[in-house]
Amino acid sequence: MANNIWQAQLNIEAHTLKPVELTLDHCIKCNICVTACPVTAVTDLFPGPKYVGPQAGRFRHQGQPSPDHSVDYCNGCRVCNMVCPTGVKIAEINGRARAHIVQSGQVPLRRKLRNNLIARPELMGKFGQPLAPIANGLLHSGFGRFFAKLLLDIAPNAPLPRFSGERFSRWAHKRRDAVRSDRKVVYFHGCSTEYFEARVGKAAVQVLEANGFEVIVPSQNCCGLPLLSNGEFAAAQAYHESNIRHMVDYVKQGYVIVGTSTSCTLTLKEEAPEMLAYHTPDARLLTANTFDIHEFLVHLLDAGELKTDGLRPMPLTLAYHPPCQYRAHRLGRPSTEIMALIPELTIIESQAACCGVGGTYGYKAEKYDITMAVGKPLFDFVQQVHGPIAVCDSETCRWNIAAATGVPLVHPIELLAAAYGYEPEGPLAEVMT
Amino acid sequence: MRTMETEVLVIGGGATGTGVIADLALRGFRCALVEKRDLAHGTTGRYHGLLHSGGRYAVKDPKAATECIEENVILRRIMPHCIEDTGGFFVVTPWDDDAFGDRFMQGCRDTAVPCEEISIAQMLREEPHLNPEISRCFRVPDGSADSFLATQSVAALAQAHGAQILHYYEVKHLIRQGDRVVGALCYDLVKDEEVAIQADLVVNAAGAWAGKIAHTAEVEVNVRAGKGTMIAASYRIVNTVVNRCKMPADGDIIVPVHTVSIIGTTDEAVPDPEHFAIEPWEVQLMMQEAAKIVPGWRDLRMLRCWGGVRPLYQETKVADTRDVTRAYTLLDHETRDGVAGFITITGGKWTTYRQMAQVTVDRVCEKLGTVRPCTTHETVVPNPFEQGHGRKHHNLGQRLADVEEKEAFGQLICECELATRAHVEHAIIQGEAKTIDDVRRDVRVGMGPCQGGFCTYRVAAIWHELKKPPIEETNVTLRDFLQERWKGLMPILWGPQLKQERLDELIYLSVLNADHLPGPRASRLGPAMYEPGTAWESEHAHV
Ligand SMILES: Cc1cc2nc3c(=O)[nH]c(=O)nc-3n(C[C@H](O)[C@H](O)[C@H](O)COP(=O)(O)OP(=O)(O)OC[C@H]3O[C@@H](n4cnc5c(N)ncnc54)[C@H](O)[C@@H]3O)c2cc1C
Ligand code: SF4
Ligand code: SF4
Ligand code: SF4
Repeated sequence: MANNIWQAQLNIEAHTLKPVELTLDHCIKCNICVTACPVTAVTDLFPGPKYVGPQAGRFRHQGQPSPDHSVDYCNGCRVCNMVCPTGVKIAEINGRARAHIVQSGQVPLRRKLRNNLIARPELMGKFGQPLAPIANGLLHSGFGRFFAKLLLDIAPNAPLPRFSGERFSRWAHKRRDAVRSDRKVVYFHGCSTEYFEARVGKAAVQVLEANGFEVIVPSQNCCGLPLLSNGEFAAAQAYHESNIRHMVDYVKQGYVIVGTSTSCTLTLKEEAPEMLAYHTPDARLLTANTFDIHEFLVHLLDAGELKTDGLRPMPLTLAYHPPCQYRAHRLGRPSTEIMALIPELTIIESQAACCGVGGTYGYKAEKYDITMAVGKPLFDFVQQVHGPIAVCDSETCRWNIAAATGVPLVHPIELLAAAYGYEPEGPLAEVMT
Repeated sequence: MRTMETEVLVIGGGATGTGVIADLALRGFRCALVEKRDLAHGTTGRYHGLLHSGGRYAVKDPKAATECIEENVILRRIMPHCIEDTGGFFVVTPWDDDAFGDRFMQGCRDTAVPCEEISIAQMLREEPHLNPEISRCFRVPDGSADSFLATQSVAALAQAHGAQILHYYEVKHLIRQGDRVVGALCYDLVKDEEVAIQADLVVNAAGAWAGKIAHTAEVEVNVRAGKGTMIAASYRIVNTVVNRCKMPADGDIIVPVHTVSIIGTTDEAVPDPEHFAIEPWEVQLMMQEAAKIVPGWRDLRMLRCWGGVRPLYQETKVADTRDVTRAYTLLDHETRDGVAGFITITGGKWTTYRQMAQVTVDRVCEKLGTVRPCTTHETVVPNPFEQGHGRKHHNLGQRLADVEEKEAFGQLICECELATRAHVEHAIIQGEAKTIDDVRRDVRVGMGPCQGGFCTYRVAAIWHELKKPPIEETNVTLRDFLQERWKGLMPILWGPQLKQERLDELIYLSVLNADHLPGPRASRLGPAMYEPGTAWESEHAHV
């Protein structure tokens, strides 16, 4: 596999896939997850993974109302899954329990509207991005935030991003014929790159092209994670099916999919099929052939195919937070490995479990304080490292850390693109001049 | 020796005995009940958990079917807090005869058991884990019943009407004067003393032990013990009672009870209702048969295995025939054996306990020469725990909903079964628990996946705090309980449960060194059932 990582695996072995709830049977009550969960550590409102997952799971049943609500305080970080010695899929059990609460109409109207809205970054992007200056002005004004809280219970200090001036896909489309190659990869940009941080996508394309790949940017939808984590499973499934439709033919032609958003790639790889119990052959093909960009680059590196010569030195000491959604890929630290190639760059890795934002979680007024408490050790760490910027692979985490610390954040791929000699944009541009 | 006196003495604190004492009390008799352990310690607390609709007997035993459906309707009305309306299916699997379905339907019609055939698609929508190869499915009003709570509730009703309930009182022998039974000599296990109880009439409701009791008055009642083995899977893979649609046999029903699903049972004669082994073939058979109903069954975690004993009654005399047509046995020893003041009621089902009590107390009235109508069919049985932990309905999610509503997650003692500190304290104080096993029957501690591996220590701590006994006593109470839990685990130690028990064992032996805490290894109050007997029994075998 290491030799032709860019070639899709088409023989997906058949295995029986069981609903995630059945994994609760493996819980041996050891409490390891409870000691590791970052949310339960900071609030009494959340009884912890063991209780809301495998234990409460025994009291829920498909035909009956979901009698619980504390599970909604799980932020989906998956730290519990990572530490559980017996393989209980706690975070997924929680996600499905939340979906059951949502489906049975137990969420009050105002919060329901809010959740419907923030679970649809694609929709917000489609409407907001063309009006970027106005939308940014409004969203970031005290006025806008006041009404967001009043009408929708959105946290007034929520780490809202800014719409970018140009949609990433438009930029990509304009230069679609710039590089031609037999080695092709499909790039999944996700909503944040598309509407808020086009610079991340540009860096990814630059790096891939520098390594001789032609980058295909197919039309695509939101991966559906915000919908999944707000319990809107039907809508999430519609997105997932649409993404499969748009991308599976490329896979069948032998190309793999890479993404820069660790949450999007985790969703395509694992979360959508597991949470939705959606395991069609096409879904499985997509699952098996989706890679995080640094996972992909490390494979190239191992095969001796990654461009590592002539990298521009970067005399910086930067804090790096491997986001929980990235650790959940169970890949080690691919970004750290790649950043280590850049001369003179010193990366100090955070040991914090989670920044607290949990995708859309930290935007909710009732959860904002928990988010800040969870993220505190990380925020302190970033400030102690005292770099001009900090690094993180996941968008909402970047926005959250930046809002909490005042330190701007970049995606690690931006560092490699800059080391390859491409002109950086955004916070990195300011540091590099 | 202490002595007591009452009008009617009932022996046995199972469903039948508590049913009888409640009926007696409601009809205004002075009465007392003696139970050698805790209420529901016998078969009642070790049964399958099914409120029969009668479907199971519709073809084989129409009388029993009619009794069941009559009582099913009454019990749903008088004790809703003990019954979960799961509904029931009778399913024809590929191993069964398709044509039996028609006989079954006809049987249900003849015995007035409501029954409708539903489509397989509908069945799978309701119960997606059932075998898709099932060819026919019939819906009947089966239910799931909490016999611990029911027994407690019925006993509390009796007490409210003046009855005396004496637990941990073991009948050593009946006291006979000439051709009359005039009471029983009992042993108070807690106080370690003998108590003679005089009574005008003694009702023997000792289930599979009924023969032993009668024997002490030189009355021969041929009751043998028929063991039935059951296995609980760790959660509710089905939400409906699922029966195979065929002649009743081994391992053909899965009952969802609280958080678990139970497959059962076998039926094997054993020499002693107190001590019997669960055989590997029984476990294998249950696993094999369950998989015919729920194909994924073998992949589930098995939580526990246990057995209950049916009284297998064989009449040896030409008897009072009035009730032999019934599915239970009422023996009036005055007409049968010429021994007055003594009645035996045995057999039947949990579902028919009330009717059994009614015919028994009717006979008591006759013997004592009075006419007092029965009212148990219209007397609602209150929930004695309502004050303590407010369970009004019985359904799967109730405990979770309660804990969530009170945000009592920080108060959990048994985390699996969601028993809180308030539950446990109530069971110890108001419930007058004598052992942790009594607490378990009241509030389900230690009945979850870890089988007490974590919560027992917490319960022991609360026990010690509230009762302030010498530390040795608390220690032995803890050991008694865990030793009993392990007996039910040995037959099913594989997969996740094996991992669990390894962790539990390490906590018990290493982390807490509970085996070597000061105090005796076992006590006489320790739950005695299964093979081998308790350490206390083997140490006192010579006595
Ligand atoms: C395996 C199995 C599964 C069953 N499943 C179902 C079901 O799903 N639904 C249903 O309706 N029925 C079921 N039954 C039948 C039902 O459980 C019994 O009919 C019912 O519980 C019997 O209650 P009981 O009070 O007569 O006997 P028990 O509950 O056995 O009560 C007798 C009591 O007498 C006490 N005792 C014994 N000796 C003495 C003494 N010397 N002094 C004082 N007390 C003494 C014992 O400790 C015991 O508590 C099942 C039976 C078995 C065996
Ligand atoms: S996913 Fe994260 S927040 Fe949720 S229970 Fe697991 S560790 Fe806690
Ligand atoms: S870590 Fe896993 S096995 Fe341990 S308590 Fe949590 S879910 Fe159960
Ligand atoms: S201690 Fe065991 S039985 Fe009690 S809660 Fe824990 S897992 Fe359940």
